[in-house]
Amino acid sequence: MAAIGIEQLHFAYPPLLPGAEPSEILRGINLAVERGEFLSLMGPTGAGKTTLCLSMNGIVPQSTGGVIRGRVNVLGHDTRSTPVADLAAHVGIVYQDPESQLFCATLEDEVAFGPENLGLAPQEIAERVAWALDVVGMSGYRMRSSTQLSGGQKQRVAIAASLAMLPEVLILDEPTAGLDPVGQFEVFSVIERLCRERRMTIIMVSQDAERIAEFSDRAAILWQGVIAAHDTPVRVFEDIRLLRQAGLAAPQVSEVAQALNRSYGTAHHFVLLAEAERELQSELAGGRGAL
Amino acid sequence: MNSNPCIRTQELAYHYDEEIPALNGISIEIPENAYLAIVGQNGSGKTTLVKHFNGLLKPTAGQVWVYGQDTRNVPVSQLAQSVGYVFQNPDHQIFCASTREEISFGPRNLGLDIEEVRSRTEEALTTFGLVQYADFPPAMLGFGLRRKVSVAAVYAMRSQVLILDEPTAGLDWRSTSELMALTDQLHRQGHTIILVSHDMRVVAEHALQTLVMHEGRVLRYGATREVFQEAEDLQRAQIAPPQITQLARRLSSYGLPQDLLTVSEFVAAYKSLREAHS
Repeated sequence: MAAIGIEQLHFAYPPLLPGAEPSEILRGINLAVERGEFLSLMGPTGAGKTTLCLSMNGIVPQSTGGVIRGRVNVLGHDTRSTPVADLAAHVGIVYQDPESQLFCATLEDEVAFGPENLGLAPQEIAERVAWALDVVGMSGYRMRSSTQLSGGQKQRVAIAASLAMLPEVLILDEPTAGLDPVGQFEVFSVIERLCRERRMTIIMVSQDAERIAEFSDRAAILWQGVIAAHDTPVRVFEDIRLLRQAGLAAPQVSEVAQALNRSYGTAHHFVLLAEAERELQSELAGGRGAL
Repeated sequence: MNSNPCIRTQELAYHYDEEIPALNGISIEIPENAYLAIVGQNGSGKTTLVKHFNGLLKPTAGQVWVYGQDTRNVPVSQLAQSVGYVFQNPDHQIFCASTREEISFGPRNLGLDIEEVRSRTEEALTTFGLVQYADFPPAMLGFGLRRKVSVAAVYAMRSQVLILDEPTAGLDWRSTSELMALTDQLHRQGHTIILVSHDMRVVAEHALQTLVMHEGRVLRYGATREVFQEAEDLQRAQIAPPQITQLARRLSSYGLPQDLLTVSEFVAAYKSLREAHS
């Protein structure tokens, strides 16, 4: 069974202005994510990516209200009827702005907050905190305050706080926006490791085409209220027309592949820098005669 | 670019606490109508530096001049007329009940007459595609739209120098392209643009000059094309040039120029190389 199964999900928030008609932001989402899969979710600003994420931990519709139809099933739980607090033990979520989620005096307290609220034994809490801070490479900072950290470090602490709950599914809503390139790489690497080593199921919202191509198993595009594409990164990034219509970027090397294919009728499919290097090198080397 | 600096710093240092300087010995000149990107790791001092340009911060040591005036002697309200600052997090800046009110706040506080405030506000709403959200509370809009509101609000002040702190973070490709096209347009109209960014693709495609910060110091400052050639310094600052520049460099032994900055430059160079071989 898939870890996450979404069928014909429609959702509209309560209208902003009293008396207005609710307008549907999700208009028939179908999506299945296997256990241990790393899925990247792309979509234009305002497409409903955050809404879709929140439907997977029950906040939509349980806390937001609104009109919902269809089914969202996460690890066998119907997220419309399972209390958010119960889902939180299985589904972790990391928001775009780490500051909206960090509030304790020290990082240790921050990461311990979730497990403490699960009512775990102190020894178990201590072990989880140590482990989670270690996974994100922040062990040396446990007594620091989050106000003394850089953006990338804060985001890693927010991830650690989610990890300490040992979720089977981890949802990250654009966790790398605003991070420097090293911070972005750190976050993607940590997540990939959790996915590979612990078979954690990952849903990562991101606009970073190059890292999506490098790290994720599959990519999905949320556009106009539906999943407009859901495939391997290679296949998704080949459809430059859809990407452009939806207002999304492809890796720069994919754009090169497309441009060369158009001009020369070649069949380049590279989405990674190393692949592009290899294929173009052999084209240039072999080509001294063949071109 | 003419040689008249609109912003100049001399041995600028700034300390948030006593131990570690956030900025240390920064001496730079930013000419009028520059299109400058400031890049570097989180915590390298980028935001601290640009906050000196509109007087939000005053030097612990050294000096900063904006249009020849020492910022220590000029109130922030006066500097704000020539230097506009768009915060990294739009929520640090958005506080009004409607988008229209939000955008008119700056011009109103410049003491402009009502007609001028109205015309600037409507023009900014149109330019940034926000007309349909004019009566909405901006805090209720999505992140990309809140970002646009925050830039539009500073745009309406018509400051000569515009500082954009991570303007494209969290935006999709289309919103990024639209916002950067507007920024390009403001540059062509004569504004000085200072862009703090982690998106090296945006930097390579738009900024004419790039300044690399590292541990509170300036590691490199020059033409973007040249700065992206300084592999060692970039690595020290933990910055990677755009993917396309890296690809060009890896293929340079086949005769491809190393200093390509955009996909279209790369494709053109690759094609001419291919055709030269055939």
